[in-house]
Amino acid sequence: MKRKLSDAKFAWLIISPAIIVVFGIVLFPLIETFLYSLKDMDLSMGNPGNYVGLSNYVSTLTDRDFWAAAGRTAYFAGVSIGIELILGLFIALLLNENFRGKVFLQSIIILPWAIPTIVNGAMWKWIYHSEYGALNALLTQLHIIDQYRSWLNSPWLAMNMVIMADVWKMTPLVVIFLLASLQMVNKSVYEAADVDGAGMIKRLFILTLPYLKPTILVIIVIRTMETFKVFDIIYAITQGGPANGTMVLTYQAYIKAFSGLQYSQGATISYLIAMIIALLTFTYVRTMKKGEMI
Amino acid sequence: MKKFLVLILMVTLIIGVLAGCGSNSNDQASEGGTTVINALFMKQAGYSEEDVTTITNEFMEKNPNIEIKTTFVPYESLEQKILTGAPTGGYDVVAIDAPWTAKFAKAGIVKEVTDKLSKSDREDIFDGALDSVSFEDKLYGLPWLNDTKFLFYNKEILKKAGFDHPPATWNELAEQAKAMKEQGLVEYPIVWSWKQSEALVCDFTSLSSTFGGGMIKDGKPSLTDEGNKEAMNFMLQTLEDGITNPNSTEFLEEDVRGVFSSGKAAFALNWTYMYTLANDPAESEVAGQVGIVPSPGHGDVVSASVNGGMGLSLTSGTKNPDEAWKYLEYLSSKEVQKKYAKSALPIWKSLYKDEEVITTNPDVVEASKVQYDYLTNRPQVPWYGSFSNELQVGIQQVLMGKKSTEDVLNELQKKAEELANK
Repeated sequence: MKRKLSDAKFAWLIISPAIIVVFGIVLFPLIETFLYSLKDMDLSMGNPGNYVGLSNYVSTLTDRDFWAAAGRTAYFAGVSIGIELILGLFIALLLNENFRGKVFLQSIIILPWAIPTIVNGAMWKWIYHSEYGALNALLTQLHIIDQYRSWLNSPWLAMNMVIMADVWKMTPLVVIFLLASLQMVNKSVYEAADVDGAGMIKRLFILTLPYLKPTILVIIVIRTMETFKVFDIIYAITQGGPANGTMVLTYQAYIKAFSGLQYSQGATISYLIAMIIALLTFTYVRTMKKGEMI
Repeated sequence: MKKFLVLILMVTLIIGVLAGCGSNSNDQASEGGTTVINALFMKQAGYSEEDVTTITNEFMEKNPNIEIKTTFVPYESLEQKILTGAPTGGYDVVAIDAPWTAKFAKAGIVKEVTDKLSKSDREDIFDGALDSVSFEDKLYGLPWLNDTKFLFYNKEILKKAGFDHPPATWNELAEQAKAMKEQGLVEYPIVWSWKQSEALVCDFTSLSSTFGGGMIKDGKPSLTDEGNKEAMNFMLQTLEDGITNPNSTEFLEEDVRGVFSSGKAAFALNWTYMYTLANDPAESEVAGQVGIVPSPGHGDVVSASVNGGMGLSLTSGTKNPDEAWKYLEYLSSKEVQKKYAKSALPIWKSLYKDEEVITTNPDVVEASKVQYDYLTNRPQVPWYGSFSNELQVGIQQVLMGKKSTEDVLNELQKKAEELANK
């Protein structure tokens, strides 16, 4: 058969569908949203928008509500990642031991992670319900509290309850990552340490943690990205309330764009979220590289 | 040769995908002469999903050349669905809530239909229902659902507490509630939907209007009005006195129904739909004891309750406005609304004299006759969306004791002025 196409042309032809798809559903919205963030688009005023440069960024960055939401998002990210790491580490260490029923435990530990976030949110909303929630029932039956109480009607408590729901769902991810690393550990190093007289706690800090450091950093990067974009769990449980106690950045962007029709402001917040994530990731990666060099 | 094969596979795939996309637009244009209308409804109160589906099927039988495709979404996602689907003609007909009309009209998402509704029809429709689809004296939809919040009370608890009539004013309600609490009949006599959501603004609108306040007067924000302050203080006071269920600040309407239906509250403010459900033994422990009266008054004000009417609008992107309008007219027609009066009360004044309508739900009709004369609108301004969010947060801050009523109202006034002058 005669060759009609050069290799390069053929390659382009083959990847063109992928390019079209990627451009259509990733790049186009990305660029469009960026353009929105440079306009003063406000549909509630019937204003399709003129370019106003960076003024949206300036006004958002000087807005108290934005920083309050950013603070809440950071709190959500910090606390949730922290608890997940600690819990995840202990569960992973446990599952790394040999005991009966280990395989069974390993498989059910993944279950929460397999549940879609929105379903998880809806589930915890019912668990926390002040009149007929399972949490209230459990705690009253254990005589820890004497009557049903509300878990979501004070701003700070509500935020922590949402974090709990997130921790329940995402700890398995941490467990799986850490367990995978732990299973590749050279057991003889531990035996040697044991012979040298290092206790359990000492072995954890001297051997296990340094060994797990790269994995932990990867987890932190992944989870930071996810927690800074947290939306569905808030949408399902508290919708930003009470008194804005759980108003995180993405939810604020959503409210601005879809309830206030301030598309430009929503787009600006979205871009700022992306920048915050990029910045954090960059810092993490640098710290990780520095650590490796030492 | 291998390359050639891959190429052929690729081309087939692309053609397949394109063909798949194309077929959708084809059946919109013409499929043996039938026109397809996509309609978006809410999966909640009033006419149920089954009702709308049955009515739609009846319509399609009568109009074989029109095919209606219905979609039902929960109220919480309706607005977003309209915003993303309507302007491009993804939907031809959408159900819209009263406070959205102004901004949708301004944003050009829904079509103006002022000329499509005759004068005689207009005179027979309740003002509240018309208001819910009006902006600057123009119509942007056909009124469809007449709804407002009523005061529901538990007859048995009221009797046990020694009262022979439901409260006519908010102060009387507070007194009766205190008496009930003191007698140990019910721990928290009143339950509300005060979650950070539109439901909270609905309750506040009723209260502020009853206490003589108002959020917009002569087109200008008037948050610092004495009435608004009184309304907010009343809400706070009932919480402090322990007569309002403290969990109200995390409740939506369905939670209110749950609490009231389980007998844990003597009073509740909720939409019409709760009456049938709270009196249904399968859904409620207090069936048969539920009373419904107009929302209480204060001083000279007999009553004031939030207008929760919903309308049906044609989207600006619709390609078949005539067929779509025909469908709307059928949904809102006297004939259909009379037949389904049990689900939602008609928008037509003349139907309230109809024996058949009255007998479907005599108590609700009785309460409605009075209540429909005392409806109050949420601010009909295009910037309502942003304002409502600010208001929700502000009221919750007061209720949680984080800020004083005055501070919050002053801040809200400033924000409202900023929004209005943009």
